Amino acid sequence: MVHYAPSKPTLRQKLEILADAAKYDASCASSGTAKKNSLGGKGIGSTEGMGICHAYAPDGRCISLLKILLTNHCIFDCHYCINRKSSNVARARFTPQEVVDLTLNFYRRNYIEGLFLSSGIVKSANHTMEQLVEVARILREEHDFRGYIHLKTIPEADAEIIHQAGLYADRVSINVELPTDTGLTRLAPDKNARQIEGALARTKDRILTAKDERKRFRHAPRFAPAGQSTQMIVGADDANDAAIIGKASTLYSAFGLRRVYYSAFSPIPDASAVLPLKRPPLLREHRLYQSDWLMRFYGFAPQEVADAAEADGNLPLDIDPKLAWALKFRASFPVDVNRAPRELLLRVPGLGTRAVARILAVRRHRRLRLDDVARLTASVAKVRPFICTIDWRPTLLTDRADLRGLVAPKREQQLELF
Amino acid sequence: MTAMQNVSIGSHYAVHLPAPDDFAVWRERARGLVQCDVPPDRVSWIEPGGTGDLFASEGPARGEKRLPVPPVDAPPVRASKRFLELARHAALHSDPARFGLLYRVLWRLQRHPRLMEDKADPEVRRIEELAKAVRRDAHKMHAFVRFREVEEEGGTPHFVAWFEPDHHVVRSEAGFFMRRFANMRWSILTPRGSIHWDGEVMREGPPARRSDAPGGDPVEDLWRSYYAAIFNPARLKVGAMLSEMPKKYWKNLPEAELIPQLIAGAQAREARMVSSGSLERGEKPETLKGVGKAIHACRMCPIGELDNHAVMGEGPRDAPLMIVGEQPGDQEDQAGRPFVGPAGQLLGEYLTRAGIDRDAAYVTNAVKHFKFVWKGKRRLHQSPGAKEIDTCRWWLEAERDLVRPRIVLALGASAARGLLGKTVSISKVRGEPMMLEDGTELWVTAHPSYLLRLDGAARETQAALFAADLAAVRERLEDLAG
Repeated sequence: MVHYAPSKPTLRQKLEILADAAKYDASCASSGTAKKNSLGGKGIGSTEGMGICHAYAPDGRCISLLKILLTNHCIFDCHYCINRKSSNVARARFTPQEVVDLTLNFYRRNYIEGLFLSSGIVKSANHTMEQLVEVARILREEHDFRGYIHLKTIPEADAEIIHQAGLYADRVSINVELPTDTGLTRLAPDKNARQIEGALARTKDRILTAKDERKRFRHAPRFAPAGQSTQMIVGADDANDAAIIGKASTLYSAFGLRRVYYSAFSPIPDASAVLPLKRPPLLREHRLYQSDWLMRFYGFAPQEVADAAEADGNLPLDIDPKLAWALKFRASFPVDVNRAPRELLLRVPGLGTRAVARILAVRRHRRLRLDDVARLTASVAKVRPFICTIDWRPTLLTDRADLRGLVAPKREQQLELF
Repeated sequence: MTAMQNVSIGSHYAVHLPAPDDFAVWRERARGLVQCDVPPDRVSWIEPGGTGDLFASEGPARGEKRLPVPPVDAPPVRASKRFLELARHAALHSDPARFGLLYRVLWRLQRHPRLMEDKADPEVRRIEELAKAVRRDAHKMHAFVRFREVEEEGGTPHFVAWFEPDHHVVRSEAGFFMRRFANMRWSILTPRGSIHWDGEVMREGPPARRSDAPGGDPVEDLWRSYYAAIFNPARLKVGAMLSEMPKKYWKNLPEAELIPQLIAGAQAREARMVSSGSLERGEKPETLKGVGKAIHACRMCPIGELDNHAVMGEGPRDAPLMIVGEQPGDQEDQAGRPFVGPAGQLLGEYLTRAGIDRDAAYVTNAVKHFKFVWKGKRRLHQSPGAKEIDTCRWWLEAERDLVRPRIVLALGASAARGLLGKTVSISKVRGEPMMLEDGTELWVTAHPSYLLRLDGAARETQAALFAADLAAVRERLEDLAG
């Protein structure tokens, strides 16, 4: 039973291992940072506000950044994580220079918008964080790289090193990992919720201070101009949707986050015994993102979204949360598209922020008919039961007990092989 | 640039545009026509190579007539900012009717200055749709252009891409690539014209063919590896991928050739991942012989699928000591017996030295099948995963229930996990007995193969610890026997 020392892995093998290990991070956003380009510089790279998805994987997710770990060796033992210490996955480690070369080689060929670098924790949190910062430093200082950099920061590392990260990166993120403290204690024994929150709060302060300084001094250094984000794993513990929505809204308000990402727990190879074997339905993650949107763009209070949930505190899977809310609170409907204020129009299932803006613009000139609404929205059938126009009034619909059956989308089978 | 020709037949004007994406010329001509009060149904717009309409074929030779010259006191033409913004984009659409549409709306705008705010107007909607399609095409160009590196004689690398846009966006998007790759030499070739940047000057070239572009780039292999690895097979959403990366783009994306095989593999992979731990196994066999038979058929984890044989434990049915290793190795797999390879021989030596009779002990493994990868012709040992050990624990417990040893000795972390159900650190738990749930005493020590991997002082230290652990176990055995 002799263990053979494995031969030195090639760059490609390392890339396979360390990209595979990074795929459980949901974020790949490259938007919302300061505008910059490489004119007048020595290197390459630009960010012009809008993120660009350079490819899509068959899991439907956008590939915008080179998303890799510096190493998947880790001294922590978080049960839901494939890279935990006790997991038996293949391990590999990049040097900072290798990551820099990969990033530049991919960027030159227009495969990516930049780099999203994270890491397992080796030696110590500080050592690991220093290595991550070193990658960003070489890219920015030695190659004058002006593309997007997202650095995952390690809450256990010293504040000073995290500060360095924010000076080079467009975005920094710290994962809260699980929606509840008890879940964190049980599944991530090496992590501490207070420590994570402390790091989020410090980063928030730094971002605000840097923004303020830039208003007064044109050359004040930027600090994470694309802000900070975080990620929660859904379905690994027993937190229901109402609890997750509540947590997300606290995070948004307390730490000024740009985004909270939800990652449906995937059954990972070599999983720990305390985890469920089945994945939660992917649709659950989708419904959480929809409720996130309702809070951020549609003026829903967290409690209102939670009201749309069913008795077990979870959002219905067969209909979206906005429709669920409308069906529960039918007294608010129908909404008169020719008179209702913006806030009420935004509550109509099937009317998005753009459709509402268009309706408001048209309304200034003339009163709308159902045909007009049909031209402004994707599906008038979905909207019709909840609105009035000068030539339409859903007399019976909102009182019907079987309304849900009439408006809920027909269940579609997931696409099969092609 | 060809000279513009203006033709009027009767009161009908045909305007020839110098290029399909020349918004500036369209704007100038349209302004003049509106000032001369020429209604939209009396103007045709013709782009080069386009068939235009009936009047275009008449050519400038017959009845050539200049566009009317606007009177000096003609009122200025007005258009909202929103119109200008949309028209700039809509003019790049490949729909031949776009210039006519734009002129009709410009004409109407003179009477209804706020027309553009009427988002429900069919012509306004149409312009918005055209503009949206063009913006999307430009965005997809930013996303899906793939450069390939070509080494030129000068030594400076030249990056060349082949791209097929749906609309006339090549010239309008040159600036994006210039700002992004300011210090790189690059060319983008398309069937609608090409652009070249040398680090200082932008040049435009004629339409190109796919064969003008280079055929490959070694970095594409790395990119494909990345694409395959970042894909999560547990979540298949083909529809979401297709809506953002329609198949028409695939032929120019090096990574797209992997898509069919990734999808095909995904469903099978996830099914395997989930099933490897969730199946019920029914009743436990009631004899060691029964266990020995059943483990051969076990496919509860992927190790059982490999080209190997299950190896059953061996020793007296009422042995006071049970020794548990990790898993059979290459030699054990061939012999069908536990601990016959190099590590087994070493274990035998240490047991003898400690005064433990190996033949009186029941010897077995935490995992019953040999996990390996092929390396050339050799089968290279791979440690079993925690999940695999936990799955195989069912068999180990069946053996323990039947043998009922007083003491269990676990060799290495895998064996300890097979008995405890959790991972422990050997250095922390060795030297002291632990209690298993049924009261059996568990001792944990290193695996002898660990000693084989060490040399020098480290080996001596570890060998001493190993010998001391065995000596302690022998003492406990004597105590319990006495």
